[in-house]
Amino acid sequence: MNSKNSLIQIKGLRDGLLISLGEGEWHELEALLFEQIDERSSFFSGARLALDVGKQVLRVVNLTKLRDELSERSISLWAVVSDEPKTVQTAQLLGLATRISKQRPQEVARPKAAKDVEKEEVVLWVERTLRSGTRIEHNGHVVVMGDVNPGAEIVAAGNILVWGRLRGSVHVGADIEGQPADENTDAFVCALTMTPTRLQIASEIENRVGGKTSQKAVKISLKNGEFQTEVWNAK
Amino acid sequence: MSAKIVTITSGKGGVGKTTAIASLGIALASRGQKVVCVDGDIGLRNLDVIMGLENRIVYDIVDIVEGRCRLRQAMIRDKRLPGLFLIPAAQTRDKMAVSPSDMMRLGDDLREEVDWVLIDSPAGIERGFKNAIAPADRVLVLTNPEISAVRDADRVIGILEAEEKGSPSLILNRVNHEMVKKQEMLSPEDVLDLLAIDLIGIVPEDKSVLIAANQGAPIALDKESRAGQAFRNIAARMMGDDVPYMDLEEQGGLWKRISKLTGRN
Ligand SMILES: Nc1ncnc2c1ncn2[C@@H]1O[C@H](COP(=O)(O)OP(=O)(O)OP(=O)(O)O)[C@@H](O)[C@H]1O
Ligand SMILES: [Mg+2]
Repeated sequence: MNSKNSLIQIKGLRDGLLISLGEGEWHELEALLFEQIDERSSFFSGARLALDVGKQVLRVVNLTKLRDELSERSISLWAVVSDEPKTVQTAQLLGLATRISKQRPQEVARPKAAKDVEKEEVVLWVERTLRSGTRIEHNGHVVVMGDVNPGAEIVAAGNILVWGRLRGSVHVGADIEGQPADENTDAFVCALTMTPTRLQIASEIENRVGGKTSQKAVKISLKNGEFQTEVWNAK
Repeated sequence: MSAKIVTITSGKGGVGKTTAIASLGIALASRGQKVVCVDGDIGLRNLDVIMGLENRIVYDIVDIVEGRCRLRQAMIRDKRLPGLFLIPAAQTRDKMAVSPSDMMRLGDDLREEVDWVLIDSPAGIERGFKNAIAPADRVLVLTNPEISAVRDADRVIGILEAEEKGSPSLILNRVNHEMVKKQEMLSPEDVLDLLAIDLIGIVPEDKSVLIAANQGAPIALDKESRAGQAFRNIAARMMGDDVPYMDLEEQGGLWKRISKLTGRN
């Protein structure tokens, strides 16, 4: 059995390459990957690369090192796809895409029930301020312990709670998988200070939010298709 | 010796990075420190012009990296201060000629030579920026009180945090107190409130900056200039001095509030 080939699979996408890594020690996979790339450097040079790392748990140091080493070889890493929420979060913090337009076979095969459970129960905790240029997309609720600055964006299938100042752009009840039927008009946004640059619930966009700063923590939701703002009480 | 490597970056272009590097180099060297300023803006070099050393360039940073000269051969000594040096950028090459690991190596070699390595980053968040921050022990983010510049600074701070570079400090350049008072310009408080990082200096808008630049005499040499004084204060703070924020009489109250905001006085 040729273990090298089964560990690293390379496919052409419309606009670049997709490399899928099998399971194993990250250091070894990384070394194998660079071995393959260096063997055919002219083929890889200048490529746009999406990487599917499967269940691998990767931290910021891992991904920045990888991205820099790829960039030294003139390969630009634009997406990291993973089944591991921690890795997805890391990739998003670094401004990498975490999904590629073509759906992955596993996602197509995943039963609907599993997705619903995920939507209701998976909460993404972000314990830092989201700065300009950061985009977080999550198939569940998002809780930010910090500010969401202008130029930052959160898209969530569930609700968004900001324990800080919301000044960026938020979209709750979003349809993450690309099916309008999945939009959730019951979703809401809460923030200690609510001055988003843009706020969207399902497909309704609130244009009037900016400007007035409420001293109280507020919750914004939809009632019969109209936006309503109420004091956010943690009852 | 073991130098501290400090990089100044901004995201947005034209906010005053090169001005700051030249002035901090002068200010540190005037305090007896040995300093090398490195122009990281390959292809668009101009630190040499601001420092008035343009006509002395023989070798540049790409020559060092590609082994065409020894490190010291590319370190141009300043005319005025014996402890100040410049490593110029290459004018005719592009950013890809140098990699982040080349910069780490260069940084390590320079550490043995001087007390301070000051790296001038190009605008943007691409390769040149990555090169400039790679060897840094400390990053100073420089911005103007202008919404687009602050937005870019925020973006850069986010990248530095994500890359675990430690929290950068802020230089706020070109503050016009008259305009702040009339609420025609973001105040230092507005900027600090958004960026939420440590402040290391506020530099006023000062016409003499441009005049100095055109004469190849960085503003920190000008004892009369307010901007020059602000840069000398930043240099002192880099060396660990506890320098009060300039008491610019008209806006005394403002400075006190800022000191409170950042926990300095
Ligand atoms: N405090 C100041 N007061 C007035 N003018 C200033 C001040 N600081 C910088 N300038 C002017 O702003 C312009 C841009 O400065 P500088 O070249 O240092 O910016 P930069 O950030 O290095 O630009 P680039 O991104 O292109 O490298 C110059 O004309 C300079 O004289
Ligand atoms: Mg410059």
